[in-house]
Amino acid sequence: MATTTPPGAVRAPRAAARTRRRVAGLVVAAVLLAVALLLSLAVGARPVALADVVRVLGGLLPGGAAPAGVAPADVAAVLDLRLPRTAAALVAGAGLGVAGAVVQAVTRNPLADPGILGVTAGSAFAVSIAVGFAGVTAASGWIWFSFVGAALAAVTVSLVGGAGRSGGSPARLTLSGIALGAVLSGITSSIVLADPRRFDAVRAWEVGSLADRGWGPVATVAPFVVAGIVLALLVSRPLDAVALGDDHASSVGVSVPLVRVAALVVVTLLAGGATAVVGPIAFLGLMVAHAARGVVGASQPWTIGLSALLGPVLLLIADVLGRVVAPPGELAAGLVTAAIGAPVLIVVARRLTGGAR
Amino acid sequence: MATASLAIVALVVAVLALGLGDYPLSPPEVLHALLGGDGFASTIVLQWRLPRVLAALVFGAALGASGAVFQSLTRNPLGSPDVIGFSTGAYTGAIVVIVSGAASAVGTALGALVGGLATALVVYLLAWRKGVHGLRLIIVGIAVTALLHSVNSWLLLRAQAEVALSASFWGAGSLALVGWSELLPGAALIAVLAVLVAGLARPLRQLELGDDAARAHGLRAEGTRLALVVLAVALTAVVTASTGPIIFVALAAPQLARRVVRSAGVPLLGAALVGGLLLLVADVVAQHVTTTPVPVGLVTLVIGGAYLISLLVAESRRTR
Repeated sequence: MATTTPPGAVRAPRAAARTRRRVAGLVVAAVLLAVALLLSLAVGARPVALADVVRVLGGLLPGGAAPAGVAPADVAAVLDLRLPRTAAALVAGAGLGVAGAVVQAVTRNPLADPGILGVTAGSAFAVSIAVGFAGVTAASGWIWFSFVGAALAAVTVSLVGGAGRSGGSPARLTLSGIALGAVLSGITSSIVLADPRRFDAVRAWEVGSLADRGWGPVATVAPFVVAGIVLALLVSRPLDAVALGDDHASSVGVSVPLVRVAALVVVTLLAGGATAVVGPIAFLGLMVAHAARGVVGASQPWTIGLSALLGPVLLLIADVLGRVVAPPGELAAGLVTAAIGAPVLIVVARRLTGGAR
Repeated sequence: MATASLAIVALVVAVLALGLGDYPLSPPEVLHALLGGDGFASTIVLQWRLPRVLAALVFGAALGASGAVFQSLTRNPLGSPDVIGFSTGAYTGAIVVIVSGAASAVGTALGALVGGLATALVVYLLAWRKGVHGLRLIIVGIAVTALLHSVNSWLLLRAQAEVALSASFWGAGSLALVGWSELLPGAALIAVLAVLVAGLARPLRQLELGDDAARAHGLRAEGTRLALVVLAVALTAVVTASTGPIIFVALAAPQLARRVVRSAGVPLLGAALVGGLLLLVADVVAQHVTTTPVPVGLVTLVIGGAYLISLLVAESRRTR
């Protein structure tokens, strides 16, 4: 006589294993983040020993002793140069990682990313207008332009490429993003070219550099990125439903237009904020969200959470690599992420589109 | 005969363009100068303006034809040498030459040629997996373009400001420096390539019907496709080497031609004519419409971008 175990009894161990894997993923990511943070504070033209870094950080805590036995130049390197830089990477990395996860969910396209869809190009274009024509010189000023640029680009791409009952095909959406991104970057470059002094000032920012930011931009942008991540988590369950199809989502009571608008706001806040601080960085969202989904499976809350941790890890590592790879100068983090991300994108594209047109 | 009317329009616009500038000339004066008149007008028309107008027509036609071949082969109105990273690769080659201090017209052109062709080859190989298919080619093109864009930015950052500036001007795509000595070699090469492409025009049409139908006609599908891709890339390469990257003409001209000529597939001759006309109009705008002359690449960028967006909107409405 065949005995069938009730479905619940089989599901429980599988679900438990999955949860264990997800938690393990989060823990590993958190550990990696801690390591990356320490490396970012220690590595550079003036290497500081990890023990000294810990001592300097300890001195920051209320009630902590001032770091004794650490050279003042080292303290300055850690606190004045690298701490704001690390904070910028933390904020921008988390923003771009979560934005990538949200974009991939709402477009149902594993090859999407705020950079590919032209959103970061929109931010960069708006910032170049701010610097070039509105005379804005500080990130705290141009961040508003960055948001507007990101929002306009996102709306345009979703209208042009995603129109149709169940959203556009991945090809059309991607191409819309590329087209818009190409036009906007071209105009941005022309604006920058038109005035050689502007050219010099914006050159470094244009490639996605974390250097010389100071605390100003990070402090301005951080609240928006936090708000964006919170909103992303709030809308993560509905996003799960939408990822399975508009009809499915409506049938379980999710308002698809509302979710799309929320996703738009999230991407604007996160991609716009990140770009305002570090300039346009490509592929970060793509790689991070892809990796996160690989570990935790198709669940938005977990993907968003893991992306928020992995994003900074990747950006910090890219920044650290940039510091050591091209002495005596530095390679901007944006260039490193492109160098890493392009091969990743190619490998993923080959695997995903094998045989299909 | 829509194609014939396109040719006539192109000629009319050319004559008008020859009359524009610091010394305006009326069409009869232009024609008089062209047909062998002498005097100051003749100098203006023949020495100063004619090379540039001809370059716009010839290079634009080359870009249009190249785009037509690409779009026909990929069966996608968005297929174009621009999406396979060719322009960015050409820019990389040119920057390397300029930054290394060997910058000359020929050196830069060679650098652009090598850079662009190598990039196209790499993208093609990376996208190849039992044949090259649309979306994969586009994505690989995007990835390689982004990578090369970063490389370009890095090279420019490390260079001195003046060198970087001159490289950036080249990268914007301009007809400003095209005189007879720059036009003639490029035009000769384009003429040769055009003959070869025209010879393969019928196989191109057969490939449009599908690989199986083409093989039934005795066609070696993959080999013919490769030859056509090489020719199309070569056409774009010659133009890029002469002017710097001019994007979106190859993308827009074939579809615009299709609408005008009202053919089922992508019309090769029509695309060439529209391409020439498009680049000519863009160059006129670049020179005369704004207070300071801008690189023609910027104008084609804006026009082409707007065109592309309108195309995507129209397509999305049609599939609703």
